[in-house]
Amino acid sequence: MPDDDLTSEPPPSPVTPSTPAANAPLSLSLSDVTLAVGSLEICTEVSMEAAAGQIVGIVGPNGSGKTTLLRSVYRMLRPRLGQVVVGEDDLWELRPREVARRVAVVVQEPRTDFEFTVREVVAMGRSPHQSAFAQESAADRERVERALAHVGIAELAPRAFSTLSGGEKQRALIARALVQEARILILDEPTNHLDIRYQLEVLELVRGVGVTTVMSIHDVNLAAEYCDHVVVLQDGRVRAAGSVDAVLTPEVLEPVFGVSVERVPRAGGRSLLWFRSNTDPGPEPPV
Amino acid sequence: MRLSERLARPGRGRLPSGLALGGHVARFGFAAVLVALAVTLVVSIVLAVTLGPADISPMTAWRIGIHQLWPDLVTPDWPAAHEHIVWHIRLPRALLAVLVGATLAVVGTVLQAMVRNPLADPTILGGTAGAAAGAVGVIVLGWSFVGIYTLSVAAFVGGLIGYGLAFVLATSAGGLSPLRLVLAGIAVSYLFSAVTSMLIFISEQNQTARVALFWMLGALGGARWDQLGLPTILLVAGLVYLLAQARALNLLLFGDETATSMGVPPDRLRRVLFVVVAVLTGTSVALAGGVGFVGLVVPHAARMVVGSDHRRVLPLAALVGALFLLWSDVLARLVIQPRELPIGVITALVGAPVFALLLRARLRGSDHAR
Repeated sequence: MPDDDLTSEPPPSPVTPSTPAANAPLSLSLSDVTLAVGSLEICTEVSMEAAAGQIVGIVGPNGSGKTTLLRSVYRMLRPRLGQVVVGEDDLWELRPREVARRVAVVVQEPRTDFEFTVREVVAMGRSPHQSAFAQESAADRERVERALAHVGIAELAPRAFSTLSGGEKQRALIARALVQEARILILDEPTNHLDIRYQLEVLELVRGVGVTTVMSIHDVNLAAEYCDHVVVLQDGRVRAAGSVDAVLTPEVLEPVFGVSVERVPRAGGRSLLWFRSNTDPGPEPPV
Repeated sequence: MRLSERLARPGRGRLPSGLALGGHVARFGFAAVLVALAVTLVVSIVLAVTLGPADISPMTAWRIGIHQLWPDLVTPDWPAAHEHIVWHIRLPRALLAVLVGATLAVVGTVLQAMVRNPLADPTILGGTAGAAAGAVGVIVLGWSFVGIYTLSVAAFVGGLIGYGLAFVLATSAGGLSPLRLVLAGIAVSYLFSAVTSMLIFISEQNQTARVALFWMLGALGGARWDQLGLPTILLVAGLVYLLAQARALNLLLFGDETATSMGVPPDRLRRVLFVVVAVLTGTSVALAGGVGFVGLVVPHAARMVVGSDHRRVLPLAALVGALFLLWSDVLARLVIQPRELPIGVITALVGAPVFALLLRARLRGSDHAR
């Protein structure tokens, strides 16, 4: 399979940050949300806010409940306790279709044995807006083509979705979110398995969508660069939340990730964070 | 699952997936294909009622049909026996084949999407085996609680029990898992097959075993006008409902997270689909016995032409399934005439090689792509 074949990627497209977001962004708020799968409690009394238009990053070690928390924002998992509010309304009091018009999700599905073309996948984003027997309108098709062009994969439209590389798949799913015209965007590890250039391109695209965004993200430095607000999760609880400068600090991150964290100053910008294993003796020669 | 992985190899654009690509030309092309198939189906029905041990020309068949509908238009110049054969035996039988073929193909397509597994078909989710056990049970035990309808009712109820059992086994706190549904269906199918075999084995009369076997392999010979009414309404209503779910089925096939995020709760949809599919399978098995292969092969054949979009796959599968079963029944009647083969023998004999060819075409294509 030609997956992740660099030469097959399209050239980087110029990303226009001023994507026309058809709908005004909505705020999102979770208050004391407790989530469990079966008898296993995964998130405990999590509260967080995403103001309209903000990009919120969720950071935390593996198994800290990031994915589970995100699933509660698009009705995949109903909280045992607590409330999720989208705009003014409780998520679970809205109709599923109405939620789908407000919240778009970019998450990789497990591979299936059935093939859809990239264009078909992107066009699925229109389904919350269509009735049962309705065909795609000319406006719908126009939206799909525009979104494909916007994320730079217009020429991949007739290809089978499963033959795309990881970066191309993320672009297609972002295009799907664009045609969905939702007002909140949820992404689960959008940069996973991507090489550095595609990580940056995907995050630029996300920023360009211009709606309220909540994403889980592994790379703390990328989180610092692209997020307005960061929530640090550990063992399903919020350990810290706030602005990048307040939260992404050695004091917060060291106990959460169990590593040593160092600030590395950078000319003309925010200092980078450098991580070392606690068992690593470090660069100093032992005395 | 090796076979499923092989089946999974995508078309990669070599197969005539041009129809799947949208745009005005492709949509016109797809509509043209549907119209052509519909016309072929009507012509096939007329041909099917003229074929058989009794020699009746297509022209006569037409005139008998017109005479039945508008008696004044055509003056009868044929033996009364021919009229009986065409109108009361062959025509209802052909229509039953069309109805059952379309139903099995659509049900197979929907089941494959529900459990996201290309090997799913009505026979592996417990319904067909349950129906067979019910029907063979009343044949062997000689019960008759609702007269001539006993067999159909027993098959219908058996089918619902089979599906229901698989459903209950597959449901857990976490919802209805597609993989568990397949496994539970297979377990239930084995259970009911064992019951059926045992019933046939303990039966005293040889004739019983023969009737049971014939019925299990499928037979359309019992088609009569007065039995077609209610099942027709059920099947047509079910098919229309499933066609209306085409977009939701696409989302379900792509993944549960996607379906949820597009406002289609997957568990709820699966439950409703399960009930519809159970009723449709039960009805078609009650009418025609356990016809195999249509529900497995036809959906795949349809997808190879138009891709996975159910708005195209479902109508195409319905028409192809109808044609396939109609001609299979003609063969079943003609091959060893005046005796008949069970139709399931024909669908498997024709279907298995066709399936093998589809599989090979697919494999060859993906080798190219690599």
